[in-house]
Amino acid sequence: MIEVENLGKKYGNNFAVRNLNFSVKKGEILGFLGPNGAGKTTTMRILTCYLPATEGSARVAGFDVFKEGLQVRKRIGYLPENSPLYREMSVTSFLDFITRIKGVPRRKRKDRIASVLDRCKIDEVKNRLIQHLSKGYRQRVGLAAALIHDPEVLILDEPTIGLDPKQIIEIRELIKSLAGDHTVILSTHILPEVTQTCQRVVIINEGKVVAEDTFEKLQERLRKAERLSVRVKRDSSIVPQKLASIGGVVSVAPIDAAPGGYIVESTLGADVREEVARIVAQENWGLLEMKPMVMSLEDVFLKLTTEEEGIPSNQES
Amino acid sequence: MRNIWAILLRELKVYFASPIAYVFTAVFLIVSGFFFWSILQMFNTWCMQAMQYPQYAGQLNINEMVIRPLLQNMSVVFLMIIPFLTMRLFSDERRTGTDELLLTSPITMNQIILGKFFGALSVVVVMLLLTGLYPLFAFQYSSPELGPVMSGYLGLVLLAACFIPIGLLCSALTENQIVAAVLTFGCLLLLWVIGWSAESAGYMTREIIRYLSLTDHLEDLAKGVIDTKDIVFYLSFSAMGLFLTKMALESRRWR
Repeated sequence: MIEVENLGKKYGNNFAVRNLNFSVKKGEILGFLGPNGAGKTTTMRILTCYLPATEGSARVAGFDVFKEGLQVRKRIGYLPENSPLYREMSVTSFLDFITRIKGVPRRKRKDRIASVLDRCKIDEVKNRLIQHLSKGYRQRVGLAAALIHDPEVLILDEPTIGLDPKQIIEIRELIKSLAGDHTVILSTHILPEVTQTCQRVVIINEGKVVAEDTFEKLQERLRKAERLSVRVKRDSSIVPQKLASIGGVVSVAPIDAAPGGYIVESTLGADVREEVARIVAQENWGLLEMKPMVMSLEDVFLKLTTEEEGIPSNQES
Repeated sequence: MRNIWAILLRELKVYFASPIAYVFTAVFLIVSGFFFWSILQMFNTWCMQAMQYPQYAGQLNINEMVIRPLLQNMSVVFLMIIPFLTMRLFSDERRTGTDELLLTSPITMNQIILGKFFGALSVVVVMLLLTGLYPLFAFQYSSPELGPVMSGYLGLVLLAACFIPIGLLCSALTENQIVAAVLTFGCLLLLWVIGWSAESAGYMTREIIRYLSLTDHLEDLAKGVIDTKDIVFYLSFSAMGLFLTKMALESRRWR
């Protein structure tokens, strides 16, 4: 449904995103995960034809976002970050305006408005001015506007930002209920959000895709072992043997670029640093360096694993 | 067409659901009402004098002496208030981020610009229709010619159709409404007074400057002369303003 190939966007001399590749299948909910400033919003703006890409191409529902923008925009529902709305309008008149510019046929307008009012639970505020609504309601009005023409593709940029825990759960339930009929891309910088709503995850950092897989597989891949980088001054053939004999160590591999350097992999949860240091000192190899290795993906994950207050982490339904 | 209508309708809703349109109309009616009153006072004095010196009576003409100055004064008021009418049109969308909403909908840039243009123009037309009351008084107590009144109003609408695109352009250039209004006012004022510099310039330059001056083209229309030359000038000026607005908006996306 959505194919992104080598996509790049340059602001001035800096690339906000570069060589971006991923695809989304029909009916799937894709989590678009990345720390703040990773290029999530830029990517979504390109997909919704708001910004032109500097290089590469993207296709939505078979149409090129640059050459056939109008066709793409007909099929997309987009909730931008901070859901921009016309504050001086009432909810109903705002939604009526959206049906008109989205090209909903005149006969269907009333039904569509009633349907999204009900689905997003904003029926009780439908005659209020948007500027008088709370942040949670505004977010839902924005979502209603994105859903109003029943688009094939939904692009939601941080839909739960600024909501209270109860509202977050409601919005997530709503998004989950869209799977199947709609293809959804959901951007977020909150890890638990993805685990609860999305079937597949694309993780980007500094404008590049770091990983693309289901969440379970990613977790598996990440946390197989603890890794430690060690470097000694007087290297010899017995160094790897001795290190491998330490309890908990799974393998010892030399680092090609650094003479005397080894990567020590141990089982999950085992901290072998003390033992390694003791042996190196005992054998008088001269310890130059020892540090735990953090993979870039793990690094990204660390930035993403923010605690969400008030929401039970095992919230599933 | 339907999309232009949707944008236009929303703009009108904003103008008329908020105090904006009412304040504009009220101020415009009061100011032009004062002009009408003071011009009429002057005309009455002349009439009194004409009673004493009957040889001048033939020169009295309500079209030339009341309605034409009134319309010209209204065009000066346009200069002052149109920048405030157009200042929010694009800058506010940009500031609140709602341009993202419009530009990701299946409507084209042209439709958005035209919708906003006709929205602002409709407010001006409503204001002008209400000032029709003043000439109506003139018809009640005197017998002016209808033709020049109509062509004068046509000229004012065309003048507004030239002012509004300049306002749109300035509004598209900035996020700040005040900056947009001041820029618009500056541009309009320059185009207004450019004719003054014509006198001291050489022949060719003088003709070009005269042609560019927005007011010179209003003269004929206010006299009742509908010349295609003036209408073509106004329409092409307006079209160029709208085109530049489109360029300004498009170029912002590529940055």
